[in-house]
Amino acid sequence: MKLLIFAGPPSAGKTAVVRQILRQLAGESFIAFLKIDVVRAFEDEELKKEFEIPTRKVYSGDVCPDHTGILVLRDAIAWAEDLGAGILIVESAGLCLRCTPYTTQSLGIVVLSAVGGTNSPLKMTPMIALADIAVVTKVDLISQAEKEVFRERVREVAPRVDIIETNAVHGTGLRYLLKAIRNMPEILCADDIVLKGMPPLAVCTICAGKKEIGWQHHFGILKTLDGADDLYRGE
Amino acid sequence: MEHFAITTITILPGRAKDGRSESFKEIALRAGDMISIVGPTGSGKTAFINDIEVFASGDTVTGRTVLVNGEVPPDEMVRDPAKKPIALITQNTKCLADLTVLEFLEMHVKARRIADNSRMAETIRLANEFTGEKIAGTMRMTSLSGGQTRSLLIADAITVSSAPIILLDEVESGGIFKENVISSLKKNNKAVIFVTHDPVLALLSDRRIVMRNGAVEKILEPNGCETKILGQISGMDRVLSDMRERIRAGELLTDNGGPVP
Ligand SMILES: Nc1nc2c(ncn2[C@@H]2O[C@H](COP(=O)(O)OP(=O)(O)OP(=O)(O)O)[C@@H](O)[C@H]2O)c(=O)[nH]1
Ligand SMILES: Nc1ncnc2c1ncn2[C@@H]1O[C@H](COP(=O)(O)OP(=O)(O)OP(=O)(O)O)[C@@H](O)[C@H]1O
Ligand SMILES: [Mg+2]
Ligand SMILES: [Mg+2]
Ligand SMILES: [Zn+2]
Ligand SMILES: [Zn+2]
Repeated sequence: MKLLIFAGPPSAGKTAVVRQILRQLAGESFIAFLKIDVVRAFEDEELKKEFEIPTRKVYSGDVCPDHTGILVLRDAIAWAEDLGAGILIVESAGLCLRCTPYTTQSLGIVVLSAVGGTNSPLKMTPMIALADIAVVTKVDLISQAEKEVFRERVREVAPRVDIIETNAVHGTGLRYLLKAIRNMPEILCADDIVLKGMPPLAVCTICAGKKEIGWQHHFGILKTLDGADDLYRGE
Repeated sequence: MEHFAITTITILPGRAKDGRSESFKEIALRAGDMISIVGPTGSGKTAFINDIEVFASGDTVTGRTVLVNGEVPPDEMVRDPAKKPIALITQNTKCLADLTVLEFLEMHVKARRIADNSRMAETIRLANEFTGEKIAGTMRMTSLSGGQTRSLLIADAITVSSAPIILLDEVESGGIFKENVISSLKKNNKAVIFVTHDPVLALLSDRRIVMRNGAVEKILEPNGCETKILGQISGMDRVLSDMRERIRAGELLTDNGGPVP
């Protein structure tokens, strides 16, 4: 089975790209889909109805959605393999710009909207730098100049990432993505899959739901306004 | 494309929405050609020019194939927007960044690593030939009207992108001197395909593709037989746009053309 991991900010067009993949590859592969989101997601129902494929969703609630994705990924692979799927597509919530959901033995795809402005890639460095492919959507809405500058900005952040521009609603330009999916290797050993990036050290009591403002009220890795370095305060 | 001269773009047939094959053999596009695309809503006009923009290779909904100089174009030409020989401008194409006209053009000139500093002023000058609402370098892109924006983007495609092939999807609108756009594209020897609902524009092309149900139904080559009609409707068009301007200016349109005393 092949594993595709989609990341990208909310409304970037992740599902629109997934739809195009399903449209093009459903005939040749049996595809399963998992959506991870914070409180609400509709992709699982929509895609199940539209393409008659097995789908699931997980809500991360109070936990970082990328962490949730990583926690449930091993189960999800077993679920899809049991169904006999040839491809498992995981769509992240894309809210955490610090964590990355990409793993070994998979294709990591970041979806970025060109409408987000030419500087937006600079703000999502980890999400882009560790991806194998950057799909830039909504290029139908922007000027040629911005298209070119957007590509340069992505390059600045990730010199080697494969960049694919698309109007995801029409599916233009996605042939290179489909080619990459057709040519990628299958999972060799699911138990050996690990995260590609270093998870951030951001574990603090805000993560755990304590609401007070000010580091004085919290434990873990903390920050002060004047202190340049992170500060660790044990319980 | 300095290192790769494009002589011909060839469009090979695909299939209609009902799966039937298109009946044309091939459509060839060369520098200086003007092709218009007409047809009812939903008939596949936009899909046709999208095929050209992405150099379709049987992998779009229409199944068409687009060749450059008779061959499948190199990946780089298809993928890198700065190397693509095609500029597509639609009604939705905009500059989103909050920049002045001059900053916007500077950004593009810089991205292209063009050293020639006169290029920005040249683009603004050309854009002003296309629109009656004067564009200045100090205006903000986000405050330009639809007509001004499209005029500037077409001028940018000619002078900054230097794209040899220009695709226009229903860009006609109030505030654009369409004859000036067409004659400038001709003068610059561009290959142009435009989707249009405008009778004057449709008749200004050398060839007219008629779309229906997702397929090319007909390719008309008027060969001058529409010249007389073109003269007439251009006249009518001028009368109409003149009236449009006067209505905009707040006049009452009386019989003798003058304002009501
Ligand atoms: N014009 C245009 N619209 C697009 C494009 N890609 C996506 N959209 C639209 O953008 C909106 C959001 O797209 P989605 O695919 O739902 O985005 P998403 O990343 O899955 O969003 P979440 O899962 O909610 O984070 C939808 O209305 C899409 O139709 C594109 O290339 N061009
Ligand atoms: N040959 C085809 N086979 C299947 N679907 C097609 C084909 N051609 C076009 N379509 C689809 O039909 C829809 C309408 O096509 P398109 O947007 O190109 O129409 P249009 O002529 O540009 O309409 P409008 O005048 O409203 O802009 C689109 O979703 C497009 O993908
Ligand atoms: Mg989604
Ligand atoms: Mg259209
Ligand atoms: Zn996180
Ligand atoms: Zn925290």
